[in-house]
Amino acid sequence: MRPQSHAFKANARAALGDANLQQAMNNLKTGFVARRAAVVALLPEWENLRDAAIAIKKHTLTHLDFYLEAFERQVVAQGGHVHWCRDAAEANATVLKICRALGAKTVTKGKSMIGEEMAVNDYLAANGVTPVETDLGEYILQIRNEPPSHIIAPAIHLVKEQVAESFRQTHTELDPARPLDDARQMCDEARGILRKSFLAADVGITGANFLIAETGSSIIVTNEGNGDLTQSLPRAHIVLASLEKVVPTLEDASTILRLLARSATGQEFSAYTTISTGPRRAADIDGPGEYHVVLLDNGRSALLGSEFEDMLRCIRCAACLNHCPVYAAIGGHSYGWVYPGPMGAVLTPSLIGISEAGNLPNASTFCGRCEEVCPMKIPLPRMMRHWREREYERHLSPARARWGLAVWAFLVTHPALYRPLAEIAARALGFFGGSRGRFRTLPFAGGWTDGRDMPAPQGRSFHALWAERQRGRA
Amino acid sequence: MSDGRSQTLAAIRRSLKRGEIAGAAAAPLEARLKDHRRNLIPARATSLDHLGQVALFVKMAEGVQASVARVSTAADVPGEIAQYLAALNLPAKAVLAPDPSLDDIPWQDRPLLDLHKGRAEDGDGAGITACFAGIAETGTLMLLSGPESPTRNNFLPDTHIVILRDKQILAAYEDGWDALRAKNTGMPRTVNFITGPSRTADIEQRIELGAHGPRRLHIVLIDDGK
Repeated sequence: MRPQSHAFKANARAALGDANLQQAMNNLKTGFVARRAAVVALLPEWENLRDAAIAIKKHTLTHLDFYLEAFERQVVAQGGHVHWCRDAAEANATVLKICRALGAKTVTKGKSMIGEEMAVNDYLAANGVTPVETDLGEYILQIRNEPPSHIIAPAIHLVKEQVAESFRQTHTELDPARPLDDARQMCDEARGILRKSFLAADVGITGANFLIAETGSSIIVTNEGNGDLTQSLPRAHIVLASLEKVVPTLEDASTILRLLARSATGQEFSAYTTISTGPRRAADIDGPGEYHVVLLDNGRSALLGSEFEDMLRCIRCAACLNHCPVYAAIGGHSYGWVYPGPMGAVLTPSLIGISEAGNLPNASTFCGRCEEVCPMKIPLPRMMRHWREREYERHLSPARARWGLAVWAFLVTHPALYRPLAEIAARALGFFGGSRGRFRTLPFAGGWTDGRDMPAPQGRSFHALWAERQRGRA
Repeated sequence: MSDGRSQTLAAIRRSLKRGEIAGAAAAPLEARLKDHRRNLIPARATSLDHLGQVALFVKMAEGVQASVARVSTAADVPGEIAQYLAALNLPAKAVLAPDPSLDDIPWQDRPLLDLHKGRAEDGDGAGITACFAGIAETGTLMLLSGPESPTRNNFLPDTHIVILRDKQILAAYEDGWDALRAKNTGMPRTVNFITGPSRTADIEQRIELGAHGPRRLHIVLIDDGK
């Protein structure tokens, strides 16, 4: 997908005026946020589990090359293949080659954010292989020709009437008079249609939540069961995974799994956690005949050892999206690329560059909820600040903001000048604020006052109060 | 694509500012892979005795919309399944996984329960499988793929009926891994951890059961201490 992150401000403005989007995003709080809080409260060991999981990830990242090679040895020993790909183009070419070798016509696909990074669907379709998304949310988006707006609930920006309309337009073989009023009917319709795709597919592609070095396994976590039908019915199973997905052992994965579903959907455990190891065994009566892992770097190796290394601990639970006031207001599409919300604000500039994605780390109030709920305690606000610094250093931020900051920096480092000026400014604002005590508009602050009033300063300044207090003590 | 391999590994080492880990430096990492060291495990299940773990398993499984029927002997299983299907107005018909661990169940006692052994195909309404373990911590079933336990039987039928024995209930996922390692047969192609029936909340965050996998998960728990 071609990045649209540079257009973030326009995207966000449009999103704020989109009634369907605003209605759909209202479901966030009662859904994910409340459910997560409820299950976390049921687990007294929660904080210690987070620390244990962080230790596992840190250890693995410090020895990433070792564990990836160990993983590869086990995959090969089980009869599978590992394809090391530096970028999306290599990964796409690899997937196509596997499909062509099998003469594949259709491919079923489980949800994969790496697949989104690669834009593998477009690539396969352009090369004569038909991809079918099977996660209900992803399927809805595929027929609407839209990218996901959330990393675990990709169609969260839609209301059911929009889904019904897309189903009527696409499933023209069905009775046009059929009722499609509730989610149940739409689930059943998609189930029937996709069941045929599962049975017909030549190749199944899934993502991976973990790769296990000890056993050469990949793990997917789903609720629908689509990932399982995707990988067990066709002739080949292709796993799309990025480097940082590897952990040493099944025990390590088990620890992080205890955090994943709880942080993501607020479930104690997802309906299906599936550990896949190699192709079907000689005596097996089902399962894929081939097992391929497409191991993608795509800029991650460069994050190791940098101030953004902690981002590689991310397990894509989306808790930071669900708890972000900015994400909740504007939805995921505004962010303009694959990863939205706080994790996207940090990861997107790392992967596609700060000049394209500079708006993203700026779109934060630094309220800190993202870091608070992140099971891996990734310091997202701190890393967004790193990006803002880099943007400033590279003169990518707008001139007015740079000048404003320069003037501000000069004033605050010269207290003899700052105090009287601040005093005057505060009094003037207090005076002009008048009896209402607030401003509807302010020069240079339209972006702020368009959405809310600016309260007028009242009483004396902090400095004056502080000085008085010190005098009182002495 | 050996080029991609060597360049990726070189890029990782460059970022980490060191060379390949080999010899003595690799020994503790090799050991970490072989030791199967456990990390912190919640006390929720491990602090209970076996009876408590069985009760917890049932409670957790029911909490995720699985149904659990407790029977006292293997002989009660066919009747329980026939009743379960009848109560839901479903045909008395199922595909039975060709699993020898189900051979002690006297299926012939219920001739009206129409069973055929093999792998599930599209259109099989109900499937009966065994399982490897039940994990009390979250009411999770652990199933292994194999010639006698095809994975597709866990996903294609609308109704998945699982036979679980009291003794198979373990406290934590880690106990499942240890039990699998103790079998000494290596990793199967697929290990399925199943916690309740298939579900989705992709339309307006409303939870609907039966997205692509089974609409119903029914666990028949044989409490015979065997």
